[in-house]
Amino acid sequence: MSHLKSREAILFGAILCLLFVVATRFPAFVAPGTLVAVFTDTSPLMILAMGQMAVILTRCIDLSVAANLALTGMVCAMINVAAPDLPVAVILAVSLAMGAMLGAINGILVWKLSIPPIVVTLGTMTIFRGIIFLLTEGKWINAHEMSPQFTGFPRADVLGMPVLGWIAVLVSVVMLVVMARTTLGRSIYAVGGNPHAAVYTGIDVGKTQFAAFVISGMLAGLTGYLWVARYSVAYVDIAGGFELDVVAACVIGGVSIAGGAGTVVGTLLGALFLGVVKNALPVVDISPFWQLAISGAAIIIAVAFNAQSGRSKGRVILKSAEHAQ
Amino acid sequence: MTYQASEQSDDPVLSLDSITKIFPGVKALDGVVLHLYAGEVTALIGENGAGKSTVVKTLTGIYQPDGGRIMLDGQPVQFPTPQDAADAGVTAIHQETVLFDELTVAENVYIGHAPKNRFGLIDTKAMHAKTTEILNSIGAPIDAGVKLKDLGIASRHLVAIARALSVEARVVIMDEPTAALSQTEIEELYELVDTLKAQGKAILFISHKFDEIFRIADRYTVFRDGQFVGAGKMSDVKEAELVQMMVGRAVDQLFPKRHAEIGDEVLKVVGYSHPTEFEDINFTLRRGEILGFYGLVGAGRSEFMQSLIGITRPSKGAVRIDDKVRVIRSPADAIKAGIVYVPEDRGKQGAILDMPIFQNVTLPSLHKTSRDGFIRLAEEFALAREYTERLDLRAASLDTNVGALSGGNQQKVVIAKWLATQPRVIILDEPTKGIDIGSKAAVHDFMSELAAQGLSVIMVSSEIPEILGMSDRVIVMREGRMAVELQGDDLSPETLVRHAVGIQAQGDAA
Repeated sequence: MSHLKSREAILFGAILCLLFVVATRFPAFVAPGTLVAVFTDTSPLMILAMGQMAVILTRCIDLSVAANLALTGMVCAMINVAAPDLPVAVILAVSLAMGAMLGAINGILVWKLSIPPIVVTLGTMTIFRGIIFLLTEGKWINAHEMSPQFTGFPRADVLGMPVLGWIAVLVSVVMLVVMARTTLGRSIYAVGGNPHAAVYTGIDVGKTQFAAFVISGMLAGLTGYLWVARYSVAYVDIAGGFELDVVAACVIGGVSIAGGAGTVVGTLLGALFLGVVKNALPVVDISPFWQLAISGAAIIIAVAFNAQSGRSKGRVILKSAEHAQ
Repeated sequence: MTYQASEQSDDPVLSLDSITKIFPGVKALDGVVLHLYAGEVTALIGENGAGKSTVVKTLTGIYQPDGGRIMLDGQPVQFPTPQDAADAGVTAIHQETVLFDELTVAENVYIGHAPKNRFGLIDTKAMHAKTTEILNSIGAPIDAGVKLKDLGIASRHLVAIARALSVEARVVIMDEPTAALSQTEIEELYELVDTLKAQGKAILFISHKFDEIFRIADRYTVFRDGQFVGAGKMSDVKEAELVQMMVGRAVDQLFPKRHAEIGDEVLKVVGYSHPTEFEDINFTLRRGEILGFYGLVGAGRSEFMQSLIGITRPSKGAVRIDDKVRVIRSPADAIKAGIVYVPEDRGKQGAILDMPIFQNVTLPSLHKTSRDGFIRLAEEFALAREYTERLDLRAASLDTNVGALSGGNQQKVVIAKWLATQPRVIILDEPTKGIDIGSKAAVHDFMSELAAQGLSVIMVSSEIPEILGMSDRVIVMREGRMAVELQGDDLSPETLVRHAVGIQAQGDAA
C-alpha cells in the first residue's frame, strides 16, 4: 500500500512540475479559469478511466470503450433528432442503460464463454463501429440538427465549472465509494489479486468480471452522450483510438495490468497527467511529436514502476515455494 | 534400519557421498548416501517428503548441495548448472515431462543441443537421423517428423525418454515414470528399462509402487525425512522390511492432542463420485472429531475435498449436515452450509498478498459486515481483530499487506479468514507443509483447540506422524478410492503405508 501512496505523490508532483515549467513561459496557463478548462477537457478521459480501472483490476481489459462511446453517442443524437423535446434526463438514462448493455455483451462473452477479454473487446470494438455505419450509412449528425438543450447540458456553467467537469467529479466520488466500501469493489480487488483464492472464498470470478465490464460500458455510454453534445457532432469515427488513452491513464496512474493493484485517486491523477500534457505543451510551442513522446515515456516509466513492485512480489512467492520443498 | 554394506565388487558410476541440502528452516537432505551402478536399476524409496525429489535436483544440477560430494567414476565432480550434469551424462526423465506440442519429435528430442551444419544452422537431416536411431534403440516406432501434439501420452513419454538419451547418457533418472501410464504402457516401459540396463546405463528409479520396484529394481536405497536409512540388493529384502524402513520411527511428542468431547454426527458424505478423480467416498464426521485423510500424493484427497466445497461438481453423491441434505454447487454454498477449506498452497489459493490483513480475513464473511452491499468498516475491523487476536497474529497493523508477512503469519491470516465464517466443519489440507517444527506444534495445538471447542476437523496430511498423532480416525485413499478406514489399535505406520501403496498384509510385518 505504501508504495502506491508514494506513487500517487510522485504523479501529483510530476503534474505540479509540469504546470510550473509551463507557467514560467506562459503564466496565464495556471490561472484558475484555464485550469478549470483543462480539467473539463480531461473529464471524458477521467470518466472512462474509472470504468477501465475496474476492468483492469479484474485482470481483463476493455478495448471497446471508445466504440461504445461513439455508438451510444450516435444513438443519443439520433433520438434527439427524432424527438427534440425529450428531456435531457431521459437521454442520460438512455446513455447509461445502452452503455451498460453494450458492456454486458463484453462481460457475458468473457464470463460464460471464457474468451480472452482482449479478443472479445477487439471484436466488439469493430462491431460497434460497424453498427454506427449501418445506422447512419456514414452520414454525420451536425450541430444544427441537435436541440439547444441537448448540446447545452454538458457546457452549462455551475459554480464556475461546466456540468461535464462536475459529472467527472461525481463519477469519481461514486467509484471511490464503490471500490473502497462495497462488497463488489472488494470482490474486484480480490479477483484480480488472486483469482484462485477468490474462488475459495466464495467469490464468482466470472460474475465479478462481468460486473466490471458493465461499469465500464455504463460510463462509456454516459461519456458518449456528453462527448457528442459537447462537440455538437456525431459520426462513425468520433473518439477513434481513444481507448488507448484510457488504458494509458490507468497504467500511468498505477493500475497493474496484472490486476489487483490500483486506486481511484491514482487513476484520476494518471488521466489528469495526460490531460495537462495534451493541453499545456501546445501552449508553450512544443511540437505534437514531443507530446506523444512524453505521453509514451510516461507510460513506460509507469510500467517499469509496476514491474518493479511485481518483481518483489515474485520473490515472496519463490521463497515460499522453496520453503515447501 | 540395518545398513547392509554393499558387497558388490564393481564400483559405482555415480555416488552421493554424505550430501546435505538445507532450505530455510528445513534440512531436506542430511548426509545421504546413494550409489548407482552400471547396468543396474537402483530404486529410491521413501515417504512423501523423504527427499527424493531433492536428490534428483541435486544430481541434475538444479540444486547445489550444502555439504558432501558427488562422485563420478570415483572422482569428485560438481554440477553448477543442469548443462554440466547433462555433459557428464546424467539425465533425468521428470514426473511432468516438459515437451513442446507444436514442435516435431526430432525438435523435441534435440532442443537445446541440436546438431549444427557448417554454417551454424540446425542440421535437420542429421537431427532426424539421430532421433530415429535413438527411437529405434528403445524400440519405439515413432516418426521423427511428426508434431508432438499428434502423439498419445505413451508415445510422448517415449519421446521424453529419447530426449534424455540424446545426450550420451550414462546415468538415467526416472522420477515416477509410470504415474501417468496404463498397465500395457507400463509393461512396455519395463522392457525399455531392461534395454537400457543391457546398454550398461546406471538407472535411478523413483517410485511409490512396491510391485514395480520388485519387478525391475536390482538394488534399493531408503530415505526417511532426508536421511539415509538403508540400502541393499532387492534379492535380500522383503516388502515388510522395506515398509518398516520407510516409516520406522516412534511417533514423537509433537502432538498435543487434547481429548475433545466427541458429540453428534455433523457431516455425512454418501457415495461421492467424480468421473475422473475419485469414486464412492463415504464417511461421517462427528462434533469435536479430527478425521485424518492419508494417502500418497495423487491419491485424490485434495480433489475430493475441492469437490466437497463446490469447486468441481461431483457426478453423484450427497452431503448431509446435521442430518439435512445440503446441495453445494459453489464455494459460496459450502461456506453457507458451514464447510470451509484451507488449501495447501497458501500463496496460490490462500491469501491475497496485495490486500491488507483485515480485508483478507473478512473476505468470505463480508455479507456479515455489510448492509445492501455497503461495507461497514468498523464492524469489518472488529471482526478481523477478533479472529487475528484469537490466532495471536503479530503484525504492526491490520492495514499491512499480507505479502509483507512471514509464511507462518500468512497461514494464520488464512485460518483466521475461515474461522471468521463460523464454520461447522473445517478442512485443513497439509496444514503444516513447509513450516518449521515450532510453528508445526503451534498449528497442531490450535487444531486440538478447535476440536475441543466443538468444531469438526478434516485433516489431509501426507505426514504419518501428524496423521497418527492428531487423528481420532483415519481414512486412507488410494487411486481415488477409499482404501480403508482405521481407528484405535488398527492405526500404525505399517498399516497406513500398506493400504496407501496397495500391498496385502502378509502375516505379521517383521
